[in-house]
Amino acid sequence: MLLAGQACLIVAFCCALYGIAASLYGAKAHRREFVASGRRAMYALAGATTIAFVTLELAFVRSDFDFATVASHSSTTTPLFYRLTAMWSSQEGSLLLWLFLLGGWSTLILYLTRHRLRVLAPYAQAVLLGFGAFFSGLLVFAETPFAKSPMPVAEGAGLNPLLRDPGMMIHPPMLYSGYTLFAIPFAFAVAALITRRLDAEWIRSTRPFTLAAWCALGFGIVLGARWSYHELDWGGYWMWDPVENASLMPWLTATAFLHSVMIQERRGMLRIWNVSLVLATGVLAILGTFLVRSGVLNSIHAFGASTLGVPFLLLIAAMIGGSIALVASRADSLRSENRIDSLLSREAIFLLNNLLLVALCFVVFWGTFFPLIAEAVTGVQRNIGPPVYEQFVVPLALLLVLATGIGPVIAWRRATASNLKRNLTKPALAGLAVCAVLIALGVTQSFTALLMFTLAAFVVAGVVQELFRGVRARRATSRESAPVALVSLVRRNRRRYGGYIVHVGIVTLFVGVAASSSFKHVQDVALRPGQSAKVGDYTFTYVKPTAQLHPAANGRLERIAFGAQLRVERNGKKTLLNTSKDYFPSQDGSLGPVSRFFDGETTTEVALKASLHNDVWAAVAPDIVKLRDRIEEGDKLFDKAADDLTPEQSEEFLALALRGLTGRYAENPPPARFRLEVNPMVTWIWLGGLIVLIGGIIAGWPSRRGATRTVKARYAARVGTEVRERVPV
Amino acid sequence: MIELALILLVVAAAVYLVTAPLRTDGRAEDEQLEAELAELEAAKEAKYREIRDAELDFKTGKLSDHDWRTLDRTLRGEAVDLLKRLDAVEERVEPLP
Repeated sequence: MLLAGQACLIVAFCCALYGIAASLYGAKAHRREFVASGRRAMYALAGATTIAFVTLELAFVRSDFDFATVASHSSTTTPLFYRLTAMWSSQEGSLLLWLFLLGGWSTLILYLTRHRLRVLAPYAQAVLLGFGAFFSGLLVFAETPFAKSPMPVAEGAGLNPLLRDPGMMIHPPMLYSGYTLFAIPFAFAVAALITRRLDAEWIRSTRPFTLAAWCALGFGIVLGARWSYHELDWGGYWMWDPVENASLMPWLTATAFLHSVMIQERRGMLRIWNVSLVLATGVLAILGTFLVRSGVLNSIHAFGASTLGVPFLLLIAAMIGGSIALVASRADSLRSENRIDSLLSREAIFLLNNLLLVALCFVVFWGTFFPLIAEAVTGVQRNIGPPVYEQFVVPLALLLVLATGIGPVIAWRRATASNLKRNLTKPALAGLAVCAVLIALGVTQSFTALLMFTLAAFVVAGVVQELFRGVRARRATSRESAPVALVSLVRRNRRRYGGYIVHVGIVTLFVGVAASSSFKHVQDVALRPGQSAKVGDYTFTYVKPTAQLHPAANGRLERIAFGAQLRVERNGKKTLLNTSKDYFPSQDGSLGPVSRFFDGETTTEVALKASLHNDVWAAVAPDIVKLRDRIEEGDKLFDKAADDLTPEQSEEFLALALRGLTGRYAENPPPARFRLEVNPMVTWIWLGGLIVLIGGIIAGWPSRRGATRTVKARYAARVGTEVRERVPV
Repeated sequence: MIELALILLVVAAAVYLVTAPLRTDGRAEDEQLEAELAELEAAKEAKYREIRDAELDFKTGKLSDHDWRTLDRTLRGEAVDLLKRLDAVEERVEPLP
C-alpha cells in the first residue's frame, strides 16, 4: 500500500493547487461555481489525506516494516496503543498529522460558512489550500511517509521509549490541532484584509475555531508539562525549552486576541491591533512547527542540512511579508470607529492585559531566538536559562493576574469611583485577608509567591462576587432556586461566565507554579539499602533494590528495569514507593547481544505520591558499572558459541544471562543515586489546566438557535419601541 | 491490483467532487449586497450582545441606574441605526426566484 498512500498525497497536492487557482479565479471573475469547486478541492484534499493517514496507521498496527517510517519508529515489541500513536514521533508522520488536521478543520469551517462570508470565503480558502499545498508538497517531494525500506527488516527500531507515555501520545495531536486551527482565523484575517471587509463578521464566524485552537494548544502545553514531570528525571514541569516556548508563544498572542476582539466587536476599535494579533498567531504557529521540525534547535547550522528548514523559512517569510504589506496597505480601512472613553473602563484593562501578554510573548521569543542569533553571529552556542526568563516573566505574570482580577468587575466604557468602590472592595479585602493569614502562618519566605496568592484570592473573590450578584439578579426575576439560577445564568451568558471560569483556572495554575517553584525541597543523594535522607518534612529510606525483565505482548524482551523501593515517612505515616530506570535494547548490530540491552535508550519511572498539598517525587539512577565485567563476559561467551546455537537456544541463553544479571544486582546492590523532591501544590497546576479547558469549552459552546431568536426578538421589540418614540409627531 | 483500483477510485472521486459545481449552472447573485447584509447582521448581533451585557452589568452593580439608562439609550440608538441600514440593504436585494 506504499504506492496508494503516496498517490493519495499527490492527489491532495494537486487538489490544493487546483483549489487555489479555482478560488482566486472565482473571486476575480465573480464565478461562484469556481469558488464552490475550490471549496470542494479542500474536501477532496481532506479525503485523500485521511486515506493516506489511515494507510500509514494500518501499517503501524500491522508492524509492516516495508514502510521505512514504521521500521524506524516502531517494533513488534511496541505495545499496540503506542504503535497507533508512533506515527507522529517521526518527522514525516507528524507532517502527515499536520496535513490531516488542517484538512479536517478547514473542511469544517468551509462547509459551515458555505452560504455565508461569500466575499471572504474564496480568499480564505485559497490561503488554507496554500497551507495544504505547502504541507502536501513537503510530504510528496521532501519527507514522504511512504518510502520503502531499502532492505527487508525483521524487527523495527521501536518507538523512542521516552515517548511511551499516554500523555505524550495525546500531546502532539493537541498541539497540532491548536496550530492548524489557528490557520483558520489567519486565513479569514487575510481574506478580510484583501477584500477590505474588516468588520466583526469574520471574527464572529471564526471565533469558535480560535477558541478551540486556544483550548487545544493550552491543553497540549499542560499535557507536555505533565509528561516532563512524570517521565523525565529532573523533577520539573517547565524548563523554558525552545520546544515548549514554541507552543507557548501563539497561545499568548491568541489569549490577547480573544480579549481585544471583544473591544472590536463592541466598539469597532483596535482593528489594526486585532488583525495583527491574528496574523502574528498564525505566523507563530508555523514558526512553532518550524522550530521543532527543521533541526534549527540543535544548531543554527543544522537547519540547512534539513530538507524542511529552507521551505519553512520561505513560508514564514511570505507570511510575515504578506501580512505587513496587507496591514500597511489597508491602514485606512482599519481606522477605529471610536476611542476609549476612559482609562477606568474594561476596554482600558483589556488593553493593559494585551500589552502584558504581548510583552510576555516577546520575552519568550527573545529567549528562544537569542541563542540562535548568538550562534549565527559568534559561532558559539549560548543558552538562556530559567532565571533569565523568570526575571521578566514573574513581574509580568503578577501584573497580568492583577488585570485578570480587575477586568471582570469593571464596567465597559466608563467606570465611576462609586461603582469601582462597590465592585472592588470585597475582592480586595478577600485578597488582603488571605495575605494576612499567610503571613500569620509564616509563609513569608517568598515575596512573589505571597503576592501571587494575594492576587489569586482577589481574582477568585471577584469571580465569586460576579456569580453571586448574577444569581441574585436572576432569582429576582425568575424565582429559581440558587443552583438552578446559577446554571441558567452561565448557560445564558456562556461567553462571559466561561471566561470567568478560565480566569479561575489560570490563577489556580499560577498558584501551583508559584508554590511549587518557591517552596520546593530537593536533594541529590547516594544511598545504600537501609540508609535514609531527610527532604523537607519527609524521610526517604532506601528499602531494597528491584530488578526485573519486562516481556512485550509477543513474548520478546522489551526492557530491563533496575530500581528501588523507597519508604517515605512523615509524622509517623509511612508510604512505599517504587522508582526504576528502564533499559531498552539498542538496534545497533555492532553491539554484543547482552551489552545492547545496556547501551540503548533509557527512561526513568518516577516514584510519585501526589496530593493537593504536596507531591513526593523520587527518581533513581542505578549504578550498573559493577555489572559491566559480567556484561562483557556474557558478550564473549555468546560470540564463542554463536555458531553452535540455534536462534531459539540463543534466545533462551540470553534470557538466562539477563536473569543472572538482574539477580546479581538485586542480591548485591551498589549504592544508587537518587533525586528526592517534595513539591508543594503541583496538582494545582493540572487542576488549573483542566478548569481552563472546561471554561474554554463553556465559552465557545454554540448557543441554541431558539434561545438566540428569543433574545433577538425581545430586543428587536424594545428597539422597535424606541424607533416609534423617535418618530417626530 | 487492489492498490491500483484504490488509486483510481481516489482520483475519480476527487475529480467528481471537485468538478461537480462546474457541471451545474452558476446562479448570479449580488455578492456585494449579500456581504453588506452579513456585515450589518454581525454588527447588529454585536450590538444586541452589548445591550444585554450592559443590562447584566447594571444588575450586578457595575453600572449605576443613571449610567445604565444613558448607555442603554445610546446603544439602542445605535441598534436602531443598524436596523434602518439593514432595511435599506434588504430593499436593494432582489428576491431570489
